[in-house]
Amino acid sequence: MVGGGLDWLAFFGHFLMLSLLSIGGAITTAPDMHRYLVQEQGWLTDPQFTSSVAIAQAAPGPNVLFVALLGWNVGMGAGGWAGAGAGLVLALAGILLPSTTLTYLAASWGHRNRELRAVRAFKQGMAPIVIALLVATGWILATSGGYRLSQWPLWAVTLATTLIVWRTRVHLLWLLGIGAVLGWFGLV
Amino acid sequence: MTSPLPADRPQPRSLTDLFLSFTWLALQGFGGVLAVVQRELVERKRWMTREEFVEEWAVAQIMPGPNVINLSLMIGGRYFGLPGALVALAGMLLVPLMVVLALALVYARFADHPQVAGALRGMGAVAAGLVAATGLKLFSALLKHPLGLPVCMALGGAAFVAIALLRLPLAWVLLVLGGLACALTWRKLGPR
Repeated sequence: MVGGGLDWLAFFGHFLMLSLLSIGGAITTAPDMHRYLVQEQGWLTDPQFTSSVAIAQAAPGPNVLFVALLGWNVGMGAGGWAGAGAGLVLALAGILLPSTTLTYLAASWGHRNRELRAVRAFKQGMAPIVIALLVATGWILATSGGYRLSQWPLWAVTLATTLIVWRTRVHLLWLLGIGAVLGWFGLV
Repeated sequence: MTSPLPADRPQPRSLTDLFLSFTWLALQGFGGVLAVVQRELVERKRWMTREEFVEEWAVAQIMPGPNVINLSLMIGGRYFGLPGALVALAGMLLVPLMVVLALALVYARFADHPQVAGALRGMGAVAAGLVAATGLKLFSALLKHPLGLPVCMALGGAAFVAIALLRLPLAWVLLVLGGLACALTWRKLGPR
């Protein structure tokens, strides 16, 4: 369990370090968070870790909030509600401070120098790759249960959603609601 | 690709408008916020064009940190400087954080409920479609691309295969294919 001030410092420092490595999102550093919090320090159990990630994925809002839940659970184990609050703030601040500072400075610089050939080449050159990455992310999410043929109702829902969102302006919450109802009744 | 801004172009009216807009779109984002950001900011509010969205997204993606967090920060900063960036960030995090905590507190009671698990699975399948469709919609941003559509398709196709089918590490794909795409674009843009 988290004990004195030094442990909190190490906890905060670890998230600060992971922030700089989190290219592609905080979720890409989740394996290392698991190694550190569960295996090395023993501050969280395996189910606590997994459910924190799952809840944040299912909830509205950016997925990075799973880090807040991890901090909350670590702090709860160390010092009850006050500890939970402290853990949440330290984890979330740690994972966000370095990356947001860096992004803000880089984006401001890029915007000031937007007429530079190198800046235009970077922003426009990345466009086809970035667009392909989005479609690839959809593909990866849709096939996270594997390529077994029994998964076809889920794929059908994904495909239908893709076409509807691409071609119409139906409100996204309706589609999520329909997906939830289909799942609730065991149809997908 | 970036056209000069028309004078009557919509933009956030105030920091409060910015905060509420980002809170509202974060709360709609189950399983990820990106699809909602594109829908709200490009299609509904028209604060940015598709081309601008793709360009900002490239920066947000390549920098460390959660991509949509980076994107919101950059958009807020574009309109109101540092205060705008902080307010957009707060909008993305504050209220959704309360929701996540509330969910975590009730989770223990319903975790084993098969219908709840089913609903989450169904929403996950929809969320996958939302992200894929966002990619397809932004496709039209490539029509005016300096490299031309065929080259863009080849680069994009290679990136899709590398990430979705071969599951290569993102950093390598961005470095190799992204680097190639930027170098080709740099040559095409020519000295000005």
